[in-house]
Amino acid sequence: MSSSTSSSTSTKSAAKSPAKGRALGLVAWLAGILFFLPIAWMALTSFHSEQDAATNPPSLAAPLTLDGYRDFFGAGGGASPWPSLINSAVASVVSTLFVLVLALPAAYALSIRPVKKWTDVLFFFLSTKMLPVVAGLLPLYLFAKNTGLLDNIWLLVILYTSMNLPIAVWMMQSFLSEVPKAIIEAAQIDGARLPTVLTRVVAPIALPGIAATSLICFIFSWNELLFARVLSGVVAQTAPVFLTGFITSQGLFLAKVCAASLVISLPVLAAGFAAQDKLVQGLSLGAVK
Amino acid sequence: MTATASTTAAGHARVPTARKQGPPGRLRAWATRAPLLPALIFMVVVTQLPFVATLVISFFDWNALYPDARSFTGFANYTEVLTDPDLRKSVLTTILLTASVVIASLVIGLGLALLLDRRFRGRGIVRTLLIAPFLLVPVAAALLWKHVLYNPEYGLFNGLLHWVGGDGASQPDWISDTPLLAIEASLVWQWTPFMMLILLAGLQSRDTELIEAARMDGANNWQVFRHLTLPHLRRYLELGALLGSIYIVQNFDAVFTITSGGLGTANLPYTVYQSFYQAHENGLASAAGVLVVIGSIIIATFALRVVSSLFREEVSR
Repeated sequence: MSSSTSSSTSTKSAAKSPAKGRALGLVAWLAGILFFLPIAWMALTSFHSEQDAATNPPSLAAPLTLDGYRDFFGAGGGASPWPSLINSAVASVVSTLFVLVLALPAAYALSIRPVKKWTDVLFFFLSTKMLPVVAGLLPLYLFAKNTGLLDNIWLLVILYTSMNLPIAVWMMQSFLSEVPKAIIEAAQIDGARLPTVLTRVVAPIALPGIAATSLICFIFSWNELLFARVLSGVVAQTAPVFLTGFITSQGLFLAKVCAASLVISLPVLAAGFAAQDKLVQGLSLGAVK
Repeated sequence: MTATASTTAAGHARVPTARKQGPPGRLRAWATRAPLLPALIFMVVVTQLPFVATLVISFFDWNALYPDARSFTGFANYTEVLTDPDLRKSVLTTILLTASVVIASLVIGLGLALLLDRRFRGRGIVRTLLIAPFLLVPVAAALLWKHVLYNPEYGLFNGLLHWVGGDGASQPDWISDTPLLAIEASLVWQWTPFMMLILLAGLQSRDTELIEAARMDGANNWQVFRHLTLPHLRRYLELGALLGSIYIVQNFDAVFTITSGGLGTANLPYTVYQSFYQAHENGLASAAGVLVVIGSIIIATFALRVVSSLFREEVSR
């Protein structure tokens, strides 16, 4: 979303009544601050001591401390979050790589090579995204239990791959359609086979789109709770499941809860801000540019 | 219907290039399809097979605690799901939760998108501030609302009431008093940025020349909005509503975290989770799961139509 596209009309109307334009800008700022306030408050609370965090009315001027973060990382004797953070990183990164390996050739076939009924195939991918997770959860649980895959991070990797593959195929299909066909044909005439064409010709041109797709797959995998909650236990616990340990925490752990929520959200916040322009395109399955 | 139309349109455009390159034999057809197969097979195995299994299990009376007492019962599970007052309530809760969150976040998102479509100082910063709620891990967002904002003793909301109203200010227990509203508010906060992003993309794809022409002819802001912007945004509004519905119908994180399904807030995904994970009622859970799918298919039929109309536009462009 470039900032210049819409400005021509809006500047004109703003120029007509600068006071009104300024007032509306102010309203936008207020809305932005209002929406961000809970997160800012959470950040502030995470740097307070547990006593200061739990006062009413809240104390703005209380001294800042890193105790909440120290507690979160296990200094206070609680469970260390590192295994769950590592599990989440493995599940998110590896499933994203799997998605890329599967989606890139599929999107290539759908966008560059002519495939009969190609839109039908695209819509099949999309329709799987509309199948609620709960619809297949029980058989997956029984399957995992009987095969000993329960509490195994690789099962989550496979499920996260299937969760993100439809979105990735859709997004990449729209990115790859923008690669000029003449370049691909030239490479094929020179005798390049599919893997070479994909890695040497298509991928470099579509790289920004591929990067955005990867970030979105990463975010979804990192955020996922239901699969992880049902199919993981102690060993394969992911970061969101670790967070659910705070659901009933009372009173004196507020700073720790805030620190935990922020640390675990950090990778997603970073990835999301980096990809904000492409985020909407990915989330709307490539239908909105 | 719409999908077929776009298939033929695209087919016509592409057939000549395909013919030029070589003999259109079976081998060639397979070579073209081959790159698709791994993804297709993977999706069928991982998503369609479990659903078929769910469908089969839904016809059995099967409690995991009594595995030997498993028997075929036909549609008995469905009858039970549809007549059980708790389950019926969770159907109602799901509809209420989804509809209210989608409508509220669309309306607020539209307002914000219109504000952000104007040029003002610090627009980029405001956009970043507004997107942040959507980027918090959903469990973290739910914890934030449960503990940091709603808590009756030290939550920010009651703290603000205390600040404004002094010691005698009312200190409501938000989650116990209005449990469903508490969940809805947190979800509206999280989903409004999503709606705003989609609608902002819609606003920025408007034909500026058309709007300028309308202004030349003396149209005022409201007329431009009513007769040009809103019709143009219609498809984006539909898209936002339907994608939002698909995600929020499936919401588990907020219900699980804020109320654990208590106080009449259990929606269908939570109920399904509970009936097999805690009550071990495999047959009932599966029947409820199949009903969620039927509901989703109804929404999805509309969603696919909307997406395919946007998609067709893009193909013809």
